[in-house]
Amino acid sequence: MKPAPFRYHLPATLQEALELLAELGDDAKVLAGGQSLLPMLGYRLTAPAHLVDIGGLSELRGWELDEAGLRIRAMARQREVELDPDIGLRFPILHAAIAHVAHAQIRNRGTVCGSVAHADPAAELPATMVALGATMVLERSGGRREVPAADFFQFHFTTAIETGELLTEVRIPSPRSGSTGTFLEISHRKGDFALVGVAATVVADGDRVAAARIVCAGVAPTPFVAVAAEQAVVGRVLDDATLLVAQYCASEGMSPTDDFHAEGAYRRQVAGVLVRRSLDVIRSQQGALSA
Amino acid sequence: MPEDPATSSGGCEVIELSFVVNGEPVTLSSDVRVSLAEILRRDLRLTGTHLGCEHGSCGACTVIVDGLAVRSCLMLAAQAQGADVETVEGLARGDELDDLQAAFREHHALQCGFCTSGFLMSLTARLREGPVVSEFQAREALSGNICRCTGYVGLVDAVLSLAADSGKEPLK
Repeated sequence: MKPAPFRYHLPATLQEALELLAELGDDAKVLAGGQSLLPMLGYRLTAPAHLVDIGGLSELRGWELDEAGLRIRAMARQREVELDPDIGLRFPILHAAIAHVAHAQIRNRGTVCGSVAHADPAAELPATMVALGATMVLERSGGRREVPAADFFQFHFTTAIETGELLTEVRIPSPRSGSTGTFLEISHRKGDFALVGVAATVVADGDRVAAARIVCAGVAPTPFVAVAAEQAVVGRVLDDATLLVAQYCASEGMSPTDDFHAEGAYRRQVAGVLVRRSLDVIRSQQGALSA
Repeated sequence: MPEDPATSSGGCEVIELSFVVNGEPVTLSSDVRVSLAEILRRDLRLTGTHLGCEHGSCGACTVIVDGLAVRSCLMLAAQAQGADVETVEGLARGDELDDLQAAFREHHALQCGFCTSGFLMSLTARLREGPVVSEFQAREALSGNICRCTGYVGLVDAVLSLAADSGKEPLK
């Protein structure tokens, strides 16, 4: 397979990349890890006239981890982030979610920011970023803005990124003390996109849940916040009865469509089960919450 | 003479590429659209790297780039500029198979062989990170490649035999 013809640009600095994106406008696509873009180019689902490869920009590599939180830059590979022990300790949910992204061979190239910008509704990282309350940093030539994850994902493969903008960083705030989280999913085969995935974070106050964020992937055009399930656990002890209530109200307001991979009704059912299981994992991680 | 359609750039941008393949420096010019897999097979005639699905699902095209196993169908050759690339052709020393290849032969870890080079490269990269000592670890290490012949039993046995050879008992 060959992509349609394009011009290839390899800017040497971020400034140069942003100027190129400003000049080329809608005719340009950003190439980072390429693990979603290259298949799309091969199938000619997209045929941009220009590719701007940001792989040469050393200022976009790696991440910063400090008291304020984690800032993952645009060229940080999924596998690097997954394998970093400090990130795994502070953000177990992120580690768990990345481990579900395709295969190690894909994660060696694929970037965290690339998956976020691609915004596949069945992908793990968009839901995880909503659960973590992340902020997307969008830069353009002569400007910069920050968009909360909850506003960033707008529709299937559609985000708040405007023409000329580059997602340069995902900022994840430091978790509140007493908080933990996990990511679970069901897929046909290991490495496939999720039929349903659940990213859940819970903040404990003593033996009770002070706050919860439960977000499902694969059930809606954008990450689905299971508000009813959150309300079912906040202020409560995570006993079996509470977990069952959360399971049965998780799909309230959720209307996944039937597709080739699964029926909508099945996805609703699985979402509830995964919500219960994720809360079960969380209460075993967080000793104080185990009823 | 008309242009060979297989190598013609069709009026597309042509770039100069330099990288290292199996320890040998390579310089060539190519249509910028082609994948690393295609350069390896078409330009360098290293046809041990196979192209199966060409969208990253099957793993047949797996090679090692700068120490990491990657899908060579999901990498533009341009992205390999300056990289150190290892392919299946780099494993054997002359006619002598390396330990992993020998284990594949010993344990019938292949049948038709189409997927084999991808498995070998995925596992070569994985085994450099540390030994694979349990069936769970072996299946995890194999999970990014598809084999439609063997049912994976021989593949698991081959990987675990290497742990046994190194004195570490496989945990079944």
